[in-house]
Amino acid sequence: MSDVADRVKKIVVEHLGVEEDKVTESASFIDDLGADSLDTVELVMAFEEEFGIEIPDDAAESIQTFGDAVKFISEAA
Amino acid sequence: MFDLTGKTALVTGASGGIGGAIATALHGAGATVTLSGTREGPLNDLAATLGDRVHVMTCNLSDPEAVDALPKQAAEVMGGLDILVNNAGITKDQIFMRMSDEDWQNVIDVNLTATMRLCRSVMRPMMKARWGRIINISSIVGATGNPGQVNYAASKAGMVGMTKSIAYEVASRGITANCVAPGFIATAMTEKLTDDQKEKINAQIPAARMGTPEEIAAAVLYLASPEAGYVTGATLHVNGGMAML
Repeated sequence: MSDVADRVKKIVVEHLGVEEDKVTESASFIDDLGADSLDTVELVMAFEEEFGIEIPDDAAESIQTFGDAVKFISEAA
Repeated sequence: MFDLTGKTALVTGASGGIGGAIATALHGAGATVTLSGTREGPLNDLAATLGDRVHVMTCNLSDPEAVDALPKQAAEVMGGLDILVNNAGITKDQIFMRMSDEDWQNVIDVNLTATMRLCRSVMRPMMKARWGRIINISSIVGATGNPGQVNYAASKAGMVGMTKSIAYEVASRGITANCVAPGFIATAMTEKLTDDQKEKINAQIPAARMGTPEEIAAAVLYLASPEAGYVTGATLHVNGGMAML
């Protein structure tokens, strides 16, 4: 697993309080990991801070799964 | 009681009577305060009176870019932004049949839209901090209506609905959003009234007098305090019993 994926996973695990093995490529933050809409905003904020990037609102809305997040950040960072 | 030591606050409309009293109360409880308003002179005067832990930022609330920038600048100079008090407001009174689109829009822009923008700008730092206090100064007429103030009453009632919705969204993050709704308060504006006009007003108030800016400030101070952490989405009416809501 890439460095980006590790760091994203750490944020997700910490923020949502979920088991690490639940955070799979296709795991949806809301449907599978119990996030509410505010959690997803906070996750994006945490990603921005961790990776020093800016995630615009329309991009943020397209980040639904752990895999989406890793893909977006890998391309942006 | 109500210790705000280490907290940071932004107060809009701080050059006015009520805003000045609010800033003074928050500052007196230990908060670092940014005074915002359109008139730099009165803001600087108040800042000089308060002493340290005070910053001054002029801002025209009908300029969306300036409004968006204000909380960021305030957070930068204060090192955070824990308490937002949206107190600035304007009136453009006119009997409804003669009310122009412009007079409607100006009042909505400054009283409601600028308040919304300021609230939106502070969401991010408050969410991160897991603590925040938003206090929007509404008005009794937002609840009761008032002839000649269709635009103003709409803006102040809109503020209440907006504040409740914000309160819902962020309650789980330690952020509260409340309104304070003043009744008749003695300020420079009401000093211009004749004794006869004042008497008529006082006759409608069970307390038989106008309120003071300090009495509004005390309500704001309470809602800003850690002790009010379980109060959110509320409108605290401070009106001498004029409307018991």
